[in-house]
Amino acid sequence: MNKVEILIIDDEPQIRKLLQINLESNDYKVIQAMTGKEGLMFAASHSPDLILLDIGLPDKSGHEILKDLREWFNKPIIILSVQDSESDIVSALDNGATDYLTKPFRIGELLARIRSAIRRSHNTENESIIVCGNIEIDLVARIVKRDNEIIKLTATEYNLLSLFLKNEGKVLTHHYILREVWGYGYQTETQYLRVFIGTIRKKIEANHNNPQHIITESGVGYRFQ
Amino acid sequence: MLVSFTAVLNYFMVDYIGHRAVALILMLTVSLTAILFDIFPVLIAALLSALIWNFFFIPPVFTFHIETPEDVLMFLMYFVIALINAVLTFKIREFEQNSREEEEKGKSIQLYKTLLSSLSHELKTPISTIIGAIDTIKENELKLTDLNKNALYTEIEVAGLRLNRQVENLLNLNRLEAKILQPKLDWIDVNELIFDVLRQNKENSTNHFVVFDTNEQLPLFKTDGIFIEHILQNIIHNAIQHTPDDSTININVTAENSGFTATISDNGDGFPIDKIDLVFNKFYRVNNSQTGGTGLGLSIAKGFTEALGGNIKLENIDTGGAYFRIYIPSESSYINSLKNE
Repeated sequence: MNKVEILIIDDEPQIRKLLQINLESNDYKVIQAMTGKEGLMFAASHSPDLILLDIGLPDKSGHEILKDLREWFNKPIIILSVQDSESDIVSALDNGATDYLTKPFRIGELLARIRSAIRRSHNTENESIIVCGNIEIDLVARIVKRDNEIIKLTATEYNLLSLFLKNEGKVLTHHYILREVWGYGYQTETQYLRVFIGTIRKKIEANHNNPQHIITESGVGYRFQ
Repeated sequence: MLVSFTAVLNYFMVDYIGHRAVALILMLTVSLTAILFDIFPVLIAALLSALIWNFFFIPPVFTFHIETPEDVLMFLMYFVIALINAVLTFKIREFEQNSREEEEKGKSIQLYKTLLSSLSHELKTPISTIIGAIDTIKENELKLTDLNKNALYTEIEVAGLRLNRQVENLLNLNRLEAKILQPKLDWIDVNELIFDVLRQNKENSTNHFVVFDTNEQLPLFKTDGIFIEHILQNIIHNAIQHTPDDSTININVTAENSGFTATISDNGDGFPIDKIDLVFNKFYRVNNSQTGGTGLGLSIAKGFTEALGGNIKLENIDTGGAYFRIYIPSESSYINSLKNE
């Protein structure tokens, strides 16, 4: 089987080196671009399986590269960002980034995100049953089971949970969830979201105060795992 | 004005005290002016008083003509003394102001020095650790046992995390002081947020008992979740760092009429009672306190609290330990019963 190809677009040589060593020793093939322009070129010529994109590039902002890439590139793009730039992260996610990591990130976390993003991108056929740990959803019968027992959910709770399960491992922004579950016009009604996250956690988590499935990504959104 | 007023007053008394005494009284007035006002009003007062004295008091009155040579001398002397008086007073004031500025400059240099020494210490310690550990690993590749190597790796990791924390603190402080950070208000579940902070602190708090009893009756609050996180993060981190192992840290949240109050208490040694007012100051560290902090954590917590319009208080508990109380004014919403169809 061919090695999975990853394109790194980052202007920092040290970060590129670190990523290259780690990715190559985990059996990925690595292509490196120093600038956004070079990144766009390599993305077109190599068509990699995943792109790691630094959002703070000097020549062209990472946000523009992301938009340019998303016009034709439909494989995962994970953005790398500095800490405390939640609004940057949210706008990148809303513009089609698959996931994000804040510098300084842990390598274990990086590898896990890459694996999860690639797995999701391969897994495009529509399954009617999704299993995640002890949670199972049947999208046709609209049934959710926890430890093989059916749990009772209201319509909104079901819609919210099925959205999470369809996007397992992916961080979903507040806006995105509100739009998908409640519809246009509700994107800013975060209080609905908070309340429903609370009630769903009580139904599916062993301890709703120490959630293992619905993880809060502060200032950004939620991730189901 | 003052000079004219005094002159009028003296006009009625001239018969009793003689016109020469009036000169002294006018002089006193000019001196007073010099203490209160700037150089130009004082010069004008000196000139005006000399003329008034001449015109109204020196015989023949109501003329600028002076009869006796004594009075001519007196008039000239008066004028010169009034001028010297004005100039001297002005110079003294100028000198005072300079020394005040000098003193303030000295103070800010002192603050800057404290800042620099604190910074260079706090940043250089982890940097030295990282470089030193890496040198050790590189040069003793074959001699090091796996156990020692692992210990060095852990040192590098801890130092790196510490550096990251310091830099983040400095950036936050800077942003707070420059008032770049504006709160973004959104509905947050404070229980959820506190559990999130505790999860992030799990690795540092293995030697402490951190207890948080959720308040299930708590409504949602409209505030900036990231700010609240920074506040709690810094106070909890402070409590973990400055209390002995096996101490208990208690966290509580209650809803108020117009916001909420979070309290964080521990059963450590508390703060020295005379230092309680100082702990929120930048770079302040209680004497002999363990390293690992920047002296910034609590001032950052205070900065974020105030940026949300709230307040933060610290007191010692009678039975020992510190008690932080943070009040955040905020809109609240009970929509737990919202249409859940």
